Amino acid sequence: MTALKPEVQAPDFSLSTTPDQKVSLSESRGRPVVLVFYPADWSPVCSDQLALYNELKPEFSEFEAQIIGISVDGVWCHLAFSKDRKLHFPLLADFEPKGAVARQYGVYREKDGESERALFVIDAEGVIRWSYVSSVGINPGADGILKALESMAKGEKAVNI
Amino acid sequence: MSTLTQPVSAHDHAEGPADAPLTLVEYGDYQCPYCGAAYPVVKRLQKTLGKKLRFVFRNFPLTQTHPYALMATEAAEAAALQGKFWEMHDLLFEEQHLLKPEIIPSWAKRIGLNLEQFGNDIKQGVVEKRIKEDRQSGIRSGVNGTPTFFINGIRYDGPPDYDSLLAALESASVLRSV
Repeated sequence: MTALKPEVQAPDFSLSTTPDQKVSLSESRGRPVVLVFYPADWSPVCSDQLALYNELKPEFSEFEAQIIGISVDGVWCHLAFSKDRKLHFPLLADFEPKGAVARQYGVYREKDGESERALFVIDAEGVIRWSYVSSVGINPGADGILKALESMAKGEKAVNI
Repeated sequence: MSTLTQPVSAHDHAEGPADAPLTLVEYGDYQCPYCGAAYPVVKRLQKTLGKKLRFVFRNFPLTQTHPYALMATEAAEAAALQGKFWEMHDLLFEEQHLLKPEIIPSWAKRIGLNLEQFGNDIKQGVVEKRIKEDRQSGIRSGVNGTPTFFINGIRYDGPPDYDSLLAALESASVLRSV
């Protein structure tokens, strides 16, 4: 399974973020979206990828980019985790069917039943402009995301990282 | 491979010779327990490697996760303005379990700072620019949490224990002499 590459239209989806709220990708049309697939909630705190992106929300906001996290965890797990880490962006439950959206993006790890640690930067028209799959054990940081957002903001045809 | 975008310079807080073959940069957060755990590891590495190692500390407070991190960072940078960065840095980590806003003035006093200047420098935001610069250089360099270490400019992705770091530093040292 390989991750979707740039120039492909990002598959739309609609997933629950809380027991009574859903978020769909198409809702964000008109602004860039940073899709963060990650294996599971509750990994060790300070090297936590989501804590980092939470910290960098001001930098992402400069590009009007919306961050969205996705894992196979259920909504109640996401609620507790999000509250604990004081996250300021939605976490989506790719729960039922398990990993369906991760599969659409080519980032589901069948053997482990979790998604890869993968990043997709999607432009305002819904097209993937940059994608990156990190080793599951390594937090990829934010430099690639920011470079992609900058490149897009400059109007560059192909994102040069 | 993530690399340091901002090279180490005289502007940095560094311990060890400027021409040491090994430079270890840490982007850290004073309220982060993992950085607290890394503190004695770094001290041990410094003892083992002596003049071969230059250690540099840069700020990356996770302000959303750690409510006292920014305040501690400001305290260290304000201490730096009076030439006592490492005294405050060390104290912050050694007594990390006691960290809270009320204790900072007593720590400033303990290391012999001019309290009025210390307070003013923080209140007037004199240290703000430097902290922002560290944040930006950290983000660009691929800092992915705290602590993030760079060995001779390349992000270290291994475990943060003494033996693993020492092994990585020693192989970096071999690479340099080739």
